Amino acid sequence: MCDTCGCGEGVAGYRITKPSGIKNNHSGLVDQEHFHGDHHHHTHDHGHGSGHTHEHSHEHDHHHNTNDHDEEQARRIIVETDILQRNNLLAERNRGYFEARGIMALNLVSSPGSGKTTILEKTIKALSGYQIYVIEGDQQTTLDAEKIDATGTPVLQINTGSGCHLDAEMIHKAVRELDPQNKSLLFIENVGNLVCPALFDLGESARIVIISVTEGEDKPLKYPNMFQSSQICIINKTDLLPYVDFNLEQIKKYALKVNPDLSFIDLSARTGEGFGDWIQWIKEQIS
Amino acid sequence: MHEFSVAQHIIDIALQSAKQQQVDQIVSVEVEIGQAAGVVVEALEFAWESATKDTLLRDTALVIKFIPVTISCRNCKTQYFPRDLIEICPQCGDYDPEILTGKELRVSAIIVNN
Repeated sequence: MCDTCGCGEGVAGYRITKPSGIKNNHSGLVDQEHFHGDHHHHTHDHGHGSGHTHEHSHEHDHHHNTNDHDEEQARRIIVETDILQRNNLLAERNRGYFEARGIMALNLVSSPGSGKTTILEKTIKALSGYQIYVIEGDQQTTLDAEKIDATGTPVLQINTGSGCHLDAEMIHKAVRELDPQNKSLLFIENVGNLVCPALFDLGESARIVIISVTEGEDKPLKYPNMFQSSQICIINKTDLLPYVDFNLEQIKKYALKVNPDLSFIDLSARTGEGFGDWIQWIKEQIS
Repeated sequence: MHEFSVAQHIIDIALQSAKQQQVDQIVSVEVEIGQAAGVVVEALEFAWESATKDTLLRDTALVIKFIPVTISCRNCKTQYFPRDLIEICPQCGDYDPEILTGKELRVSAIIVNN
């Protein structure tokens, strides 16, 4: 990211790649890697510190007299436009696309290290016979996409660079490349982050927040947006319960406070305990 | 964080409005930021400077109207300002909140010169 102006964050500057080794049987997909948006390169010779010098570099000609001409001529234009409107509109387009094709899109959100990718790998194994696609989101590396690729599942990696969340435009572009079949399952593994992804609708059919038993029961209270905007909460790594001071009932109480409609699935991706409930839930959504 | 991309979205919306109205200069942009919108006002102000630096809005002021959260109790319809994240209804003691205000994240107006 450019230190001076912060460019490189957000929409411009993310990258979508296929992991090496993936078999490409789609026609029309030529590049393995491509950038989206322009990455602006500014010359880094901004001398000033805080605040900007007020030069009158305006094109229009008028006299600077003692009256404040700005207020005489100034007028107020009503805008009333939602700032995240562009993302929300694109998200609804994605949603329409998924609905029209009978694609179940699931947005997996959590902090880093809660077990999203492992859960995904095990889920893919348990759902053999279903057509599955995956979109992986990380700041850097294609490591997660490589893991999914090893299962033989079509996958794309989105690297956000300095970005902290996936947004609807990135999903829109990735889905066009993946070109999923009708009536398939699409898993979106969001950037590991309990804060920002909560704000960005991707057009998903359901949002699943994943928290592991090593993270502490108070997280739903500390990160309410994430739990409020999700429909399912997976509590992972239950095999570690004997070794941590984690109260399973307490975290559910806290989570229900911020979202009374949340449903829970306790499981261990490692041992497989409780995993059947998760698979069952998925199957119920598809049918 | 992402206040920078929020600032960029504000710039896009302001420029689009200005273009529609064929305006020369945008004096200021008025935005409404709700307490529960997920945006930190100070961070947005800081990001605004960076985001506008090399644009047509480099001298444009960002005027932020902060909107606190108000809740309506679904049980007894009392409206209250929660001081805490989770605050029970002061009237009936129930916790069944409907957020009335506080999630706003919008550009309300631009002040322009022709």
